[in-house]
Amino acid sequence: MSTRDLFTFRNRHFTVGVGVIAGMLIVTIVAGFIVLPFAQPWVQFANVWDAICSAAGVPQRAATVTAPEQTRRLSEVVLTSRTLSRPSQEAIGRGATLAQRCAICHGPTGISRADSPNLAGQYAAVIYKELHDFRSGARTNAVMSPFAVNLTDQEIADISNYYAYLPRLPAYHPTPQLPKPNIVIYGAPMRGIAPCGACHGSLDNKTGSPWLEGQSEVYLKAQLQAFAAGERRNDISQQMRNIARAMTPQEIEQAAAYYASQPPDVVKAVD
Amino acid sequence: MLVNRKLILAHFWLAFAVFGLALTLGAWQMFIRSPIGTWLSNPELYYRSLTAHGTVMGYVFPTLVAMSFGYAISESALEQRLVGVRWAWAGFWLIVAGSIMAVIPIALGRASVLYTFYPPLIGNVFYYLGVVLVVVGSWIWVALMSVNLRVWRKAHPGAPVPLAMFANVAGSYLWAWTAVGAALELLLQIIPVAAGLKATIDAGLARVFFSWTLHAIVYFWLMPTYIAYYTIVPRAIGGRVYSDSMARISFILFLVVAMPIGMHHTFADPQVGAGFKFIHSAFTALVALPTLLTVFTICASVEIAARLRGGCGMFGWIRALPWDNPMMLALAFSFVMLGFGGAGGLINMSYQLDASIHNTQWITGHFHLIFGGAIVIMYFAIAYDLWPHLTGRELIDVRLIRTQLWLWFVGMIVTTFPWHWVGILGMPRRMAYFDFGDPAIAPQALSVTLSAIGGFILLASGIMFIVILARGMRAPQVDAGPYRFALAVHQPATVPVALNTHALWVALMIALTLTNYGYPILTLALSEGTSVPAVYVGAQ
Ligand code: HEM
Ligand SMILES: [Cu+2]
Repeated sequence: MSTRDLFTFRNRHFTVGVGVIAGMLIVTIVAGFIVLPFAQPWVQFANVWDAICSAAGVPQRAATVTAPEQTRRLSEVVLTSRTLSRPSQEAIGRGATLAQRCAICHGPTGISRADSPNLAGQYAAVIYKELHDFRSGARTNAVMSPFAVNLTDQEIADISNYYAYLPRLPAYHPTPQLPKPNIVIYGAPMRGIAPCGACHGSLDNKTGSPWLEGQSEVYLKAQLQAFAAGERRNDISQQMRNIARAMTPQEIEQAAAYYASQPPDVVKAVD
Repeated sequence: MLVNRKLILAHFWLAFAVFGLALTLGAWQMFIRSPIGTWLSNPELYYRSLTAHGTVMGYVFPTLVAMSFGYAISESALEQRLVGVRWAWAGFWLIVAGSIMAVIPIALGRASVLYTFYPPLIGNVFYYLGVVLVVVGSWIWVALMSVNLRVWRKAHPGAPVPLAMFANVAGSYLWAWTAVGAALELLLQIIPVAAGLKATIDAGLARVFFSWTLHAIVYFWLMPTYIAYYTIVPRAIGGRVYSDSMARISFILFLVVAMPIGMHHTFADPQVGAGFKFIHSAFTALVALPTLLTVFTICASVEIAARLRGGCGMFGWIRALPWDNPMMLALAFSFVMLGFGGAGGLINMSYQLDASIHNTQWITGHFHLIFGGAIVIMYFAIAYDLWPHLTGRELIDVRLIRTQLWLWFVGMIVTTFPWHWVGILGMPRRMAYFDFGDPAIAPQALSVTLSAIGGFILLASGIMFIVILARGMRAPQVDAGPYRFALAVHQPATVPVALNTHALWVALMIALTLTNYGYPILTLALSEGTSVPAVYVGAQ
């Protein structure tokens, strides 16, 4: 009883086993690659080879359709796990120098007194993305856009790392802490709204989403309204526009007021 | 001749301990997303639990059961001391280490990627390394099963390999080869990204690799159950196996056609050509054959037992069966669940019907009925049957055993029938929260509540199972005698070489994998621009 007796056409089990399997395979190949493709009257194949390639899933260039003209710029930021990793002390120092021109609105310690966002301790990826978007025009703002146009990639990375490095201080104008509104803790699943914290840092942070605790109420409300109205559109795949559009005006008020009243220490740390 | 009882018991106990934990998580999941639970407000916790539940139930628990049962079969069917006991312990400790290594990042929320890995989602690298260790530990078992059979063959040239061992080794080869798909995905694609060496991943290719594993792993889970059908049940109820060759052919067919059909899990995937989807679904239809053969053979074997006990008439013999015997009960429950689950499976494998239940709760309902129901209930039966031989003590609580099996059966039906139903209504799976206050899904609240109640019945049954086994460790001592397997009506004196060895069928299994997977994997691997940036769990 050796493999020599097994793998030979004299062995009936071998012949039948291999024959049946090979037969099955051939029948299914003919059916799947030739018969069935042609059985679809709504698809046209030039010849049999064309049908076979299609059924095999050979990658094919789509017919030359030009992409629709984009009327407004979209966010083009690309961030990999290496873009902002482990900044050097010099990089942070360069960022600090560059950030002096931001202090007039965003505060010398990164805490704003002018209803501009607080940047101290903000996630580096967030600042990186917004500066890129201001520079490319995907996000526009009369004050910010001119500051951003002349920044180089390196400068943007340095500024981002500098602000991420600063300690998160309590906001300049803290109000008494408000209870959590439903829209913040539960979201509204039936309207496709996840809890805010699922991206914005108190439960989990999705890359590019800022933490919001202690930001200016006026600023938060204005941004939500801009998303809802489609005036701000640098959110990739409309992530925020879809949510803001589905929020009621009261929910926007509640969420903005709630976040403005929170200290930033509940936010997930950067690792 | 069960010599290495400690080894076998260690595997069983580890299996049932992790099973108990994962079962508790499962019941909690069911509860927390039902109308009777209150919303967690943190979906991340649900996905942690889901990852732990799926990883344990899919990878750790059934693998350990197959291993312990395999060692027991090797020693008792071959009547030969296990060769390579040290290696077996090494495999055991690898699984312990791997499980701990995987569970820590899950518990910390660093690996909430679910047991199917879901690239481009990427979790902590130790989660994947832990899974790899579990698989490597089980590969040691595969090697040992093969070595032990070879040693036995040397001593018994030309003799028919006992059916239990023949099937056991077939199962181990199936596992060795099916695990290669996920291993390639982990080693070539996911782990380099998780370790920070790469930042992008070809998610489509990863899904194809995973489908290589995902179908045949189901048959690996099924193997101990089928071995028990053929080699334990007839003996336990006083009958004989209707046909030894039919049994061998069934196991061979599983080996050959369970493997090259996994793309029925990618019906909805754009990166796989329709022709390959068709071939895989045609072969999927073929895999029903060994199950039908098994159902036929086992029903015939059971009928033999009934007639030996004086049963007569066309169906009258059914009453003559030993219904108070836990093994009889387990088999009947298992078959009923297999029947319903199999009918559901026909829907899943049909391209057009699948579109209506793809990614809905129907799928989870389906695999719980087949896997958690039909398969796991036989795991219980195997443990009950082996326990006195492993501990040298009697399991006295036969009534408790019967209650436990009944509860598992009833619990599984109560859990999974409504689960299927809400799937048909379109309820998606793997969601942490449903707002049943909304009129659009309010009508599903009742079904989901029923499932949650079923979940608690299952939990109660699972606890009873562990209590029965634990009490069995302290019961009065008995001499259970040698562990025996069922004999066939015509016990074979010689078996044709093709039905006594695995080489031909393993070769066909590998050949079919190459024909059915080779081209899709190669084109995806060689195409440019198919990778996407990884999404790191919990990363900034
Ligand atoms: C032996 C018994 C069981 C086995 C083998 C088992 C296996 C599995 C597996 C493999 C998954 C997939 C995880 C994933 O989708 O990532 C899963 C999911 C799940 N299991 Fe179990 N399970 C068992 C018992 C239970 C019990 C008793 C319950 C409670 C009723 C339960 C509830 C769930 C739930 C709720 C899910 C998640 C479904 C979803 O959200 O997609 N399981 N189970
Ligand atoms: Cu499958």
